[in-house]
Amino acid sequence: MKRFILPLVLFLVMVAFLFVGLNLDPREVPSPLVGKPAPLFSLPRLDNPEQVFSPKDMLGKVWLFNVWASWCGACRDEHPILVELSKAGIVPVIGMDYKDTRVEAQQWLAQGGNPYVITAVDADGRVGINYGVYGVPETYVIDKKGIIAYKQIGPVTYESLREKILPLVKRLQAQ
Amino acid sequence: MKSRLTFSLLALFLLMQSFSVCAQDARPMEKDAVVEVQVQRLSEQLRCLVCQNQTLADSHAELAQDLKQEIREMATKGMEDQAIIDYLVVRYGDFVRYRPPLKSTTALLWLGPFALLIAGGFGLLITLRKREKQVVDAPLNEDEVQKISALLKMDKEA
Repeated sequence: MKRFILPLVLFLVMVAFLFVGLNLDPREVPSPLVGKPAPLFSLPRLDNPEQVFSPKDMLGKVWLFNVWASWCGACRDEHPILVELSKAGIVPVIGMDYKDTRVEAQQWLAQGGNPYVITAVDADGRVGINYGVYGVPETYVIDKKGIIAYKQIGPVTYESLREKILPLVKRLQAQ
Repeated sequence: MKSRLTFSLLALFLLMQSFSVCAQDARPMEKDAVVEVQVQRLSEQLRCLVCQNQTLADSHAELAQDLKQEIREMATKGMEDQAIIDYLVVRYGDFVRYRPPLKSTTALLWLGPFALLIAGGFGLLITLRKREKQVVDAPLNEDEVQKISALLKMDKEA
C-alpha cells in the first residue's frame, strides 16, 4: 500500500498544475510597457486627416486608449460596451484604427456608434508595434502623467470594466 | 551538324540575353545579402505573438510580416542583433524571444531540468543501493557443489 502513496502524490501535484494551467490564457502576455510612459506618436485623425492626435494632448487626464479595426471580429463584441462607457462619461476613450482603411473604419463607426473622443489612424501599424500590439482589440489605461497603468488584451467586457478598469480609473483620477 | 551549331549559338545567345535581364534588376546585392542574413537569423530567434508556437521566420501572420519589415529596416541602418532584440523586448516582453534570458522569473525554466536530473539520479542511486541489500547471497551446499563439478567435467570431456 505504502509504495503507491508517492506516485499518487506526484500524480495529484501534476493534476493540480495542469488544472491551474487550464485556466490560464496563453494569449495574455504581460506587457512590459505597464508602468512605462506611453510611447509618443502623432497620427492623423480619422474624422479629419489634416489634424493630428498625439498622446501629449491628453496629459493631465486619465484616459483609455483602445486599438481597434473594422476587420477585427472581437472588436464587434466590445464595441457596444465602449459606446455605453462613453455615454456614461466616466473616462475619455481615444481610439486607434489599426491597419484599416478609412472608408471601412468610418462605416463601422457610423453603424455601431462612435464611442471615441478622437480616433487616430495607424494605417501601416507602426505605432501599433511601438505599443506592443499583437492582437486587436487591446486597451490601455493611461494616467495623468502619460504612464501606462494597465493593458487589456482582447475585448473589453462588462466584467473587466467592473473589476479592473473602472476601479483603476477612479484611483488614478483621484491622484 | 550545321543546324546543331546554329541551335547552340541561338541557345547561347538566349542565355546571355537572360543574364543581361538579370543584370538590369540587380540591386546592390552585397549589403542586401548581409542584411537578409541578419533578418533571417533574427527572425528565427523571435516569436510571432499571433501564432505563438511559430518563429517570425515561419509565420505568415500579418504582424510577423510587419515585424520582419521593422527588423529589416533596423538591420539596414546597421543595428546590431542585440540592439534589435532589445527593441522588440521593450515592446513585447521577454516572451518574444525563443531563448529566454536567465532571470529570477525564468530560473525555474532554466534550472528545473537539471534539478530534475539530479533528483532522478539520487532516486536511482538510492533504489539501486536498496536493491543491493535485498539480494542475499545464497551459498551452495555440498551436494550442489558436487553436482556442478560433475556437470563441468562432463562438459570438458565432451
